[in-house]
Amino acid sequence: MGRYVLRRLLQMVPVFVGTTFLIYALVWAVPGDPFEGKCGERDCPASYVSMMRERFNLDDPLLLQYWKYLVNLVQGDFGVTSSGVQVIDRIAATFPVTLRLALVALLVEAVIGITAGVVSGLRGQGFLDSLVLVSTLFLISIPVFVTGYVVQLVFGLQLGWIAPTVTTPTFGNLIVPGFVLASLSMAYVARLSRASIAENRRADYVRTALAKGLPTRRIVGVHLLRNSLIPVITFLGTDLGAFLGGAIVTEGIFNVPGVGGLVFRSILTKDGAMVTGVVTVLVLVYLLMTLLVDLLYAVLDPRIRYD
Amino acid sequence: MLLEVEDLHVEFRTRDGVARVLNGVSYHVSAGETLAVLGESGSGKSVTAQTVMGILDTPPAFVTRGSVRFHGEELLTASAERRRAVRAEGVAMIFQDALSALNPVFTVGFQIEEQLRLRRGLSRAQARARAVELLDLVRIPAARQRVREYPHQFSGGMRQRAMIAMALALDPEVLIADEPTTALDVTVQAQIMDLLAEIQRERRMGLVLITHDLGVVAEVADRIVVMYAGRIVEQADAVSLFRAPGHPYTAALMRSLPRLDQKGAALETIRGLPPSLLRIPSGCPFHPRCPRAQNVCVTRVPPDVPLGPGRTSACHFAEGVLGG
Amino acid sequence: MTDQVASLVTAPERPRGLFGDAWHALRRRPLFWVSVSLILLVLLMAAFPGLFASGDPNAADLSRSRGAPSAAAWFGYDNQGYDIYTRVVHGARASIVVGLLATAGVVLVGATIGMLAGFYGGWLDAIVSRIADVFVGVPFVLGAIVILTTLNAGGDAGPVRIVAQVVLSISVLSWPVAMRIMRSTAIAAKQQDYVKAARALGASPARIIGKHLLPNTVAPVLVYSTIALGAFIGAEATLSYLGIGLRQPVVSWGVMINSAKDYLRVAPHALLFPAGFLTATVLAFVMLGDAVREALDPKLR
Repeated sequence: MGRYVLRRLLQMVPVFVGTTFLIYALVWAVPGDPFEGKCGERDCPASYVSMMRERFNLDDPLLLQYWKYLVNLVQGDFGVTSSGVQVIDRIAATFPVTLRLALVALLVEAVIGITAGVVSGLRGQGFLDSLVLVSTLFLISIPVFVTGYVVQLVFGLQLGWIAPTVTTPTFGNLIVPGFVLASLSMAYVARLSRASIAENRRADYVRTALAKGLPTRRIVGVHLLRNSLIPVITFLGTDLGAFLGGAIVTEGIFNVPGVGGLVFRSILTKDGAMVTGVVTVLVLVYLLMTLLVDLLYAVLDPRIRYD
Repeated sequence: MLLEVEDLHVEFRTRDGVARVLNGVSYHVSAGETLAVLGESGSGKSVTAQTVMGILDTPPAFVTRGSVRFHGEELLTASAERRRAVRAEGVAMIFQDALSALNPVFTVGFQIEEQLRLRRGLSRAQARARAVELLDLVRIPAARQRVREYPHQFSGGMRQRAMIAMALALDPEVLIADEPTTALDVTVQAQIMDLLAEIQRERRMGLVLITHDLGVVAEVADRIVVMYAGRIVEQADAVSLFRAPGHPYTAALMRSLPRLDQKGAALETIRGLPPSLLRIPSGCPFHPRCPRAQNVCVTRVPPDVPLGPGRTSACHFAEGVLGG
Repeated sequence: MTDQVASLVTAPERPRGLFGDAWHALRRRPLFWVSVSLILLVLLMAAFPGLFASGDPNAADLSRSRGAPSAAAWFGYDNQGYDIYTRVVHGARASIVVGLLATAGVVLVGATIGMLAGFYGGWLDAIVSRIADVFVGVPFVLGAIVILTTLNAGGDAGPVRIVAQVVLSISVLSWPVAMRIMRSTAIAAKQQDYVKAARALGASPARIIGKHLLPNTVAPVLVYSTIALGAFIGAEATLSYLGIGLRQPVVSWGVMINSAKDYLRVAPHALLFPAGFLTATVLAFVMLGDAVREALDPKLR
């Protein structure tokens, strides 16, 4: 197991370098003056521009620039934006909010998705099963920003049940944005659980459990669920990684002060240091999550051994 | 009588039509007796066993007629609770492919112990001790360690032994073994059959041995029923059946076995394919493949012709077949 | 055992191929016909918008700004006084074109690379898989925003260039999915005995790929492309909504939603109609993909 983790960590290095370099190159290769508009209406004074070019090593070749950035990064230095803000401070301020939103979304997704999937998988064909199938089809097809605006319009503006925007990101205030963020994955979780239950329901080991004279409650609750939920739980793990990186749209609609909003604003204002910093953190989180999910898989299914 | 099956009819209602999987199956087992149920895939031998256990998938399977009695008590109309109580305590079952029949994510010990804990009220420690005893009984070496292992860590033969141990946990009076050795190597097959026979003798259990393998049957069976297309075509005690088959289908099965005294001769095969259960041939269902078929076989379902004590054959020409 | 009986029971009278079988199953599914009709309708709208709406999608009249739906304008007017119905009809073309081109790009690039990686394995597979990991590691929306802001920095662009940029950014970020599907199918097919036999008999790689591997991969790729087409139409709308995808002078559903979002409170119809068309179109493709997958996968029946 230890060797496997080590090998996986080593494999991550080129992926991490590749991804961050890709973003770095895209951000700093933007044609035009990166400091345009940073000094109000007039062009920036030559002294300021040369200082900035010096700070961001812009006069070096791209590969050398990236190398210097990477060396700083390894030492924990995420750099400073052109307006003098420490990148790591802004990330530290916004990341917990995004994490909270992601956890709320994960909870919503798991509870509703698994319940719907398990119930319709157990019942088999009928009204409930069709209802789950049709509603998941809709959830998969509606883009998240449409769901977000419709929820905001109906529940926030017309019914007035919720505040249309999140002022303070408490868990309670994040339930509705979490719902919107989770809507698509919730449908996938429901379908995955349904298919998994339906497949395992006829498995030989279920028949054995039946022949052993176990009560139905135990056959479903212990034998069937334990096997069927393995793929679902690993999907949820991957999804948490995706939520942490993909909340730009949801955070934008509900004005949640998280990483998504930060990176979106930074891209629009061409704040290269901030963009590369945030992406670095997100990629790192994503890579570690995928490793965790694979390890979790081995814990849940004794047949999987990484040696 | 320990277990009786009488005139059992089961059909599968599928999108493509109704398949009559069982068309009047009757057999019985008494304590200490081994009954072999012989037939090809699709002959209905496993469906009969699953009907006895009450573990058929309904839908698509429906029992339309017949009776299953345990100690004279009707099971088909019994309450779900009562049927569950009979499972594993009265009638237990082991399956062909132990790898898929055991739950892959629980240890072998857990799967044996859960019945003891749930149905006998044993404590965790007591159940564990009993599970080790049972694994010892089926001669799994180092049972104390292996009880903590998962099914995939066992070899094929050991897995089948573990499954037998699991079926014996509640001391059943009847054990139904559905092709228990089909998935195993030949040498291991013999060991498992010996083990089953020994346990059956010691405990005076009734054993229903479902198989398509005449060789397996010859060694252990007291009585044999031969099934074809959801019907019992012949039943007899093992000795007389092997001496002289009373149904053309049994005879054909025997001719397709390799024999030491006819080494080098080409083996005979049964021509044609087993019938589709959606369209069972009229009259005798075996007639399209039968070398003795006459007009009457196409038009009339043959009755069970008595051929001696406890012996019948569903063939219009049963006496002729018996005489060779 | 039950399965054995079931297979005896369901053995068809005349053996049909995988696709014949699938077609037989599809024909009887109402969802299949619903999705096909919806898709045909949208395609017709994209090809001949004039059939559905005779007006000019770019005729703005500020005096009718935010007008509610009426007999004259079924879907009402937006902030600029554009007729929403006309624009929704004309917006189909851009969305469909982006979806089709992005799907074609992703499937061609991803499938080719995946097939080669799966067939040859070894270092080629290792490198390609790592490169795919790099692109998968970037969250889709984030990656698309970065790529599009870089591409957009060039200043004003014509409709062709705007559409090409969106197609490019979707393709660049999505090819690894198609590649992985193709790679795993190719690896599975490669291990079939008849393929091993063909290799042992000295068949050339081109022949093995063309004759044995490709036919095996058609089904999963077909299902993926159908669903991806719907997903890419949704992705285009998301990017346009963020203001970095399609934009004026191109008309698309995403562009309409983008310009409607700021006055959601006063004119919700300007957002709801394009959103409805968008959802229905994505739904049609997802539904079709679903039906095709179920028909092609005998396990699910």
